[in-house]
Amino acid sequence: MNNGDVILQTSTKIILFIIITFSAYLFFAGHHNPGGGFIGGLMSASALVLLALAFDLKTVRKVIPVNYRVLTALGLLLAVLTGVGSFVFDVPFLSHTFGYFDLPLLGKTELATAVLFDLGVYLAVVGVTMTIILSIGEDT
Amino acid sequence: MGQILITIGEWSIAFLVLFGAVLSVLSTFGLIRLPDVYLRSHAATKTATLGILCVLFAAFLYFILYEGHVSAKLLLGIVFVFITAPVASHLIDRSAYFSGVPMWEKSVQDDLKIAMNQGKHHEELHEPAE
Repeated sequence: MNNGDVILQTSTKIILFIIITFSAYLFFAGHHNPGGGFIGGLMSASALVLLALAFDLKTVRKVIPVNYRVLTALGLLLAVLTGVGSFVFDVPFLSHTFGYFDLPLLGKTELATAVLFDLGVYLAVVGVTMTIILSIGEDT
Repeated sequence: MGQILITIGEWSIAFLVLFGAVLSVLSTFGLIRLPDVYLRSHAATKTATLGILCVLFAAFLYFILYEGHVSAKLLLGIVFVFITAPVASHLIDRSAYFSGVPMWEKSVQDDLKIAMNQGKHHEELHEPAE
């Protein structure tokens, strides 16, 4: 499958960082601007698919040794745990809160528990997309 | 002084948008008029890429001048399109060539064919009996 197109592989190596950086930006921008866990996860998955197109599935598995089914389960677990966590503070299920903190490097930053829920969505989307594409792709 | 800068900005934004749009129209005409896949992709890739870059840069200038907002996303988009569009065209042409799409009958030169034949010859020299 690896036909060794040098131009495709080299440009993939550069483009990959742009796509992953932009997906991280979309994930963190989701609270105040368009973006969020769903589209960030899809974009990360598309970066991995681009890697699989330029090289092959075996290489992708070797470079990123992640079991995507476990990743999906982890995302769902995180989303449920942020809901369960609200019981600790004696408020209804999935109540979210936010606050302002003085972080050392970033200064005054707004931290919200909704980001944790979004991280769960992100992991679940990456896991499901990559599971679908990898299981369709490798019919050996 | 500020008025002059704003006027210059307005005119350059208008010029860039118009130039980009005209280039995109030209690339569409090339796509319709040219005879084979390779010539068409030559027209479609280069002109459309430059047209998109002009329009994106005009949008970038607009946001700086009127909103006072430096949009890194548009700059990133410019870099991204500039890198990916030629690679996409390269891949389309390459797969067209290897699946045997013929060139225009008036084409005079096919260096890739010669190079491929030499490559085959070379491989046969190195790995003789199979």
